[in-house]
Amino acid sequence: MSTQSISVPGTDATRSPLVEQLHQWVTTVDHKRLGLLYIFYALVFLVIGGVEATIMRIQLIRPLNNFVSPQVFNRMFTMHGTTMIFFVAMPLVFGFANYLLPLMIGARDMAFPRLNAFSFWMTAFGGLLLYFSFIGGDGLYGAGNAPDVGWFAYAPLTSQTFSRGHSTDFWTLSLLVSGIGSMGTATNIIATIVCLRCKGMALGKMPLFAWLNLTMGGLVILVVSPLTAAQVMLLVDRYLGGHFFDTQAGGSAVLWMHFFWIFGHPEVYVLVIPAFSFVSEIVPVFSRKAIFGYPIMVAATVGIGFISMSVWAHHMFTVGMTSSGNTFFVLSTMAIAVPTGIKIFNWLATMWGGQIHFRVPMLFCIAFLFQFLIAGLTGVMLAAAPFDWQLTASYFVVAHFHYVIVGAILFALFAAFYYWFPKMSGRMYNEKLGQLHFWLFLIGFHLTFDFMHIPGILGMPRRIYTYEPGRGWDIWNLIVTIGVVFQAAGVLAFVGNLLWCAFRGAIAGGDPWDAWTLEWSTSSPPPAYNFPRIPEVRSRRPLWDLKHPEDPDWHYE
Amino acid sequence: MTTPSINVHQDDLSWNLPARGPVGMYCLIAAETAIFTIFVVAYIFYIGKSVTGPQPGEVLHAPIFLTLCLLSSSLTIHFAVRLLRGGGVVSFGVWWLLTIALGSIFLLGTLREWHHLIYDEGLTIQTNLFGTTYYSLVGLHAFHVTVGLLALATVMVFTLRGDVAKQHAERVEVLSMYWHFVDVVWVVVFTVVYIVGR
Repeated sequence: MSTQSISVPGTDATRSPLVEQLHQWVTTVDHKRLGLLYIFYALVFLVIGGVEATIMRIQLIRPLNNFVSPQVFNRMFTMHGTTMIFFVAMPLVFGFANYLLPLMIGARDMAFPRLNAFSFWMTAFGGLLLYFSFIGGDGLYGAGNAPDVGWFAYAPLTSQTFSRGHSTDFWTLSLLVSGIGSMGTATNIIATIVCLRCKGMALGKMPLFAWLNLTMGGLVILVVSPLTAAQVMLLVDRYLGGHFFDTQAGGSAVLWMHFFWIFGHPEVYVLVIPAFSFVSEIVPVFSRKAIFGYPIMVAATVGIGFISMSVWAHHMFTVGMTSSGNTFFVLSTMAIAVPTGIKIFNWLATMWGGQIHFRVPMLFCIAFLFQFLIAGLTGVMLAAAPFDWQLTASYFVVAHFHYVIVGAILFALFAAFYYWFPKMSGRMYNEKLGQLHFWLFLIGFHLTFDFMHIPGILGMPRRIYTYEPGRGWDIWNLIVTIGVVFQAAGVLAFVGNLLWCAFRGAIAGGDPWDAWTLEWSTSSPPPAYNFPRIPEVRSRRPLWDLKHPEDPDWHYE
Repeated sequence: MTTPSINVHQDDLSWNLPARGPVGMYCLIAAETAIFTIFVVAYIFYIGKSVTGPQPGEVLHAPIFLTLCLLSSSLTIHFAVRLLRGGGVVSFGVWWLLTIALGSIFLLGTLREWHHLIYDEGLTIQTNLFGTTYYSLVGLHAFHVTVGLLALATVMVFTLRGDVAKQHAERVEVLSMYWHFVDVVWVVVFTVVYIVGR
């Protein structure tokens, strides 16, 4: 590749002073840098959220343990849930979308670069606001106090009467602020995909990654906004003395539940649809086949997006809805298994008969397939209202949604990390260390979350800080906590691998995987302008066409 | 370095994608619609559930004149944008100013209504559920009118300084989309608060 920079002898033109480099990062509007900022930021919070989870697991390792007080335990599960959803999973998803979308659709940046920077910093300040509660939660009188109302913060626990001090205010303000950031990013994602595709890339020729992120963007716009509205209402209640969720003045605590879950359930799909998008890019490349059933995949994704907005009250079967209400939400929840099932079969069919390369990204994708299937099956179990009446708010539910969030979303994210790491850093990760990470994390994941189902079936409720011995829960909790050790070791291998290889890894080159989408057509890491010439495409796999001019894809699409 | 430029017949590809401004604004409008939906649902859900008075029927009077002002401001801004697209900067400024005036009348009217409700009727956001939902919903809309007026005023300042020309018509139109949205929301709020809610 030829660069046209003027090199002055004796000076290193690429190295500027540290302060200047930091200044460049803080003031950047480049989608790649903002994507990396999102990802770094999320990884820091991943470690923090992981520490909070570990504290909970140590407390629960044996009955009547006294590692932390009940108050601290309440803060830990609130902060763990809020952190992992809003300040780990969302920023990771946005980070990858930011970094990859313009590269994949042949654009030089996102549609609104400054809005992009604004959104990132809103999200970042939201996270800081949440964690500032440790210092400022009790206001001027007393020690720090993080929010302890649970991540869905049911009324009336959040009212001034039951939640003194400012901890809940920090929680609600941080979600309000980061929610505005999420809406900005979603707007950017949609506008980028709609307006900036390179010549020839009709909607039906976009990589599935773009289609799935378009759906995700639409979902964020439609479901994060209700959460923002609900937070405003909570603030009105807490600061202005309003009565939205004040049952004594005729208000309704159930209304908060509806408003929260109208956001809360589609949020799962906001996170899992990007996970699908990673898998949809990685599985074909490592199976050496084009994705099976592209139009059906798109239809299934958009279908999931729509159905996901009509299932929220399955979180509320025990609240006492009418039987017709229950029936509707049972059926709509089960209906969502159909498009998700279609996707699983399509990924399997993509692998079927392919030349499967078991590199680290593919290993994580295969584990994703199995684990997402199981998570979906326990999801269908919980969707049946009578079953849910028995097991709601038990560890069975905790195991189920961690199977989705860790077993599916986090595994897909790890796959994405390894797959696009050569593009982002210009260097290859260490394959051995990557496999070590995979196996350690796989073992740890299954030790923790497979065995977490059992105490749930045996009646162990979630959010309890300790339990009596002799209920049959002891051994299972011990195994669950042991799994954490393996997971932590796996994450250590992951972070070490990426940090070491970002500086010392083998040079990757533009296209280390012999892949087919546009991001691999430019250098690694890509220059600030992404493409020297804006590409033109004629099929869904433009690099295949380039590498095989005798048999291009557009003959068949 | 290679770029994937495949031999494409230039003539069979006419490549025209939507402009980013309107698309971004549609996204904002969708998000705002979701926010207003939640507030409207809360308002409807709590109609008649106030434990104490005053009730909406006793204190609310439909602000017909203000509604006419706000709705006609949609027309004036439409004319303004159309004139700017034709290059008439001065006439654009006149219609734009008229839009700001109509919006301001609406906002001042809301102010008067609230003053009356608070000091004469004793209805505050703390009084009862009706007060909470009424001030939140109408206040959220008034907040959007305020933001819109600030944006319109900014464009007015640019116009008076002579910085606005024909080529800015598309950007001004994006802003006018927001203003139309605020007006449409008022139709819903008006219906719910002053017709259904009484």
